[in-house]
Amino acid sequence: MNAPVILDRRRVLQGGGALIVSFSLGRALAQEGSPAGAAPKRPGSLAVAPYLDSWLRIDADGRITAFTGKAELGQGFKTAFQQIAAEQLDVPFEAIHVVTADTQLTANEGYTAGSHSMQDSGTAILNAAAQVRELLIAQAAGRLGLAAENLRTENGAVIAPDGRRLTYGELVAADLLHVQAQPQSKLKDPASFKIMGHAVPRVDIPAKVTGGEAYVQDMRLSGMVHARVVRPPSYGAQLVECDSAAVERLPGVLKVVRDGNFLAVIANKEFQAIKAMNALAAAAKWKESQNLPKQDDLLNVLTGLPSQDSIIFERSDPSVSGQKTLEATYTRPYQSHGSIGPSCAVAHFVDDAMTVWTHTQGVYPDRQAIAEMLRMSPASVRLIHVEGSGCYGHNGADDVAADAALIARALPGRPVRVQWMREQEHAWEPFGPAMVTKLKASIDGGGRIADWNFAVWSNTHSMRPGNAGTLLAAQHMAQAFAVPPPKPLPLPEGGGDRNAIPLYTFANARVVHHFIAAMPLRISAMRGLGAYHNVFSIESFMDELAGLAGADPVEFRLRHLEDPRGRDVVEKAAQEFGWKQDRKPPPGRGYGFAFARYKNLAAYCAIASEVEVNSETGRARLLRAVAAVDSGQVVNPDGLTNQIEGAIMQSMSWTLYESVSFDDTRITSIDWQTYPILRFDAVPDRIDVHIINRPGQPFLGSGETGQGPAAASIANAIAHATGKRLRDLPLTRKRIKDAIDA
Amino acid sequence: MMTLKVNGQDNQIDADPDTPLLYVLRDDLKLNAAKFGCGLGQCGSCTVIVDGKAVLSCVTPLVLLKGKQVTTLEGLGTVSAPAPIQRAFMEEQAAQCGYCIAGMMMRAQALLLRNPKPTDAEIRAELQPNLCRCGTHMRILRAVHRAARLMDTADASANARSGQ
Ligand code: FES
Ligand code: FES
Repeated sequence: MNAPVILDRRRVLQGGGALIVSFSLGRALAQEGSPAGAAPKRPGSLAVAPYLDSWLRIDADGRITAFTGKAELGQGFKTAFQQIAAEQLDVPFEAIHVVTADTQLTANEGYTAGSHSMQDSGTAILNAAAQVRELLIAQAAGRLGLAAENLRTENGAVIAPDGRRLTYGELVAADLLHVQAQPQSKLKDPASFKIMGHAVPRVDIPAKVTGGEAYVQDMRLSGMVHARVVRPPSYGAQLVECDSAAVERLPGVLKVVRDGNFLAVIANKEFQAIKAMNALAAAAKWKESQNLPKQDDLLNVLTGLPSQDSIIFERSDPSVSGQKTLEATYTRPYQSHGSIGPSCAVAHFVDDAMTVWTHTQGVYPDRQAIAEMLRMSPASVRLIHVEGSGCYGHNGADDVAADAALIARALPGRPVRVQWMREQEHAWEPFGPAMVTKLKASIDGGGRIADWNFAVWSNTHSMRPGNAGTLLAAQHMAQAFAVPPPKPLPLPEGGGDRNAIPLYTFANARVVHHFIAAMPLRISAMRGLGAYHNVFSIESFMDELAGLAGADPVEFRLRHLEDPRGRDVVEKAAQEFGWKQDRKPPPGRGYGFAFARYKNLAAYCAIASEVEVNSETGRARLLRAVAAVDSGQVVNPDGLTNQIEGAIMQSMSWTLYESVSFDDTRITSIDWQTYPILRFDAVPDRIDVHIINRPGQPFLGSGETGQGPAAASIANAIAHATGKRLRDLPLTRKRIKDAIDA
Repeated sequence: MMTLKVNGQDNQIDADPDTPLLYVLRDDLKLNAAKFGCGLGQCGSCTVIVDGKAVLSCVTPLVLLKGKQVTTLEGLGTVSAPAPIQRAFMEEQAAQCGYCIAGMMMRAQALLLRNPKPTDAEIRAELQPNLCRCGTHMRILRAVHRAARLMDTADASANARSGQ
């Protein structure tokens, strides 16, 4: 208790009389290289951080903390993790406190991405909590001189048949939980769940609806100052001249920071920083180059770039051949994450140590990149995740964290808050990559797909940190870091080829991935990665082929779908929607259907939709959508429903309205006027989400499973309503109108 | 120095008269709810109520607020004593990231003040200036309907108590 205050987890955890724990991560990591022998793999992220006390801590006073290396992004998993830990430990929901991603406190779980949080971290906490409960029972058995089988747990205590009771706080002893997890856990019977599987209200919402401090944007550290960055006007622009003397004299201005092409200003108050930023931008002279491709010819731009080609799936049955053939090309433009709150971070450089509060999706990789940029050792850089505005992938979060760190280093001792301006977020975020798919298939005499060919052209879908060169600030500083060479993300999850392999069974099939290394625009991961466009393409084409076969779209899918859980969601969505073969919609309306299993290994999702198209204006409006989803065992049904509703709305916006625009030099979609997204007049009348729960089954990530099916379902409904097939995203009013008039 | 009335309290503000209200609220008064989203009047995340009307605080300079009453989400209620609109958003779990939500609530509150029983179409039309990127729209609409009902019952019971 008399130890000096050092931000060290060992001290933090020992404070207040906690009987455990020495942080095990160091030891856990040290073991990474040791041979695992024949031991079966530990579940979820226990495989990378096997010690139970990396995940759970119990204090002597009974307080329980669960640790996750994942970041809450508004998906609500913090609540879900709390439910899981409370359920498996047999304590009330309120007894658990969840600590999220922090390089000093939590395990290194990489990025919070790819719908992996439940699968990785949720599974780790599930198993760790179950095993901790067993340890506590064993400990109580020893103390009471009773057999473990005779003991039960309830409300944070182990209870003997004679009524004797030992609380968890009484039972924890030094290092009790500092043991490696077993590969198998004694999980509770789902039928007995009191907390998991129930719609527990989210823990973060009360603060968010009352003006509490809820986001990194809301942080106000003592002595904190505000900074703004002046970004170059375009990619690769060089700062040739900048007389900042007048800016430095502006009210409240503390410092102008310049390092090569990196330019920023620090002021006492936020609006002073903005005014100074505007003055500095006016004083800066840049040399720009005309490097951007033709926005209206992305099909040829992408397919014309050199690519590494690989056949990622092949199947052949020469005995089956098609009779009628169809070919189609689908395109997707660059699209923006478009977070409502521009990216923000707070950094504090003191005593040669850097602390950054950030809404990054990966505190560890981002720390590595920032440390490299600052030429500091990662040990003296700490990243703490604090919620930001929803990000939907790799937006400006990591870049603004780097901006803040670079600026804070120039003003040691003062916490510096940096938020991007709207125009900066829109122009500089790494976009969701443009993509092209070409499909060709034939139908046999029995109305089945005999032969399927699918080719996709795409950049990588991740330029996330790890390397300093991924950060804008590091790219712009005088001793610049080069952008690391892009790599395709490996299958089975894939990047540009995510969901390129159909889940349907075809006698002959071939799927080719054309990986394009050159990146004309700055791109990275956006919700669903390649799955959004690949599922849009596959599921649009399935409808086209159903038409060719004269079959009902739902029945046609089922004809080719063997996966029983896939069939279940398709049938459920169709039934709840009231899907009937040959059902005629009212004039101007159409019905659409689509299905996918995200990454072919996460959650299943089928969506039926009804769309109205105004033939005068071309305006399409989603009237209603019915989704069926199977994400394995459900922890929080309302949280899952919220995610799917959001996925449908967001994908609808991408699909109907959104494309990044640019001229030969600059990004020109720089705000909500030039990059319009959905507003309330486009909101459907209703969205219904039906969950197929699978108690006892593994968690399947669900945060991205709706993006692809929603897009194709809407496109199919538009085709149904108009008789015209649109294959180029977005399906704008003008494109629909032109197709109707053609 | 200028006096600015926020959530019923007078505050002495030392900021340039052209400073948008948003920065005064966040920076000088340390209020969290009004959010910077665009600074351009395009997204609504900075919405507050001025003299009963929804106003975009990012494009409203301080100098225009002399003698006016500013209300932010903090002025409506607290976690332990939430206003009907806050209760409604909690009960409907109407947030994903929640960044847009304070602005949505303030615009909805302004609507309910002048039209306690809005139709669904009226709510949608009113919320048109406000963007949500997470796609929480269906829940936001449900929450506003619920808030209208909650306010109605609150009024009814207040009336009953006062013997009307
Ligand atoms: S921040 Fe005011 S309208 Fe966007
Ligand atoms: S809830 Fe995230 S922007 Fe609306």
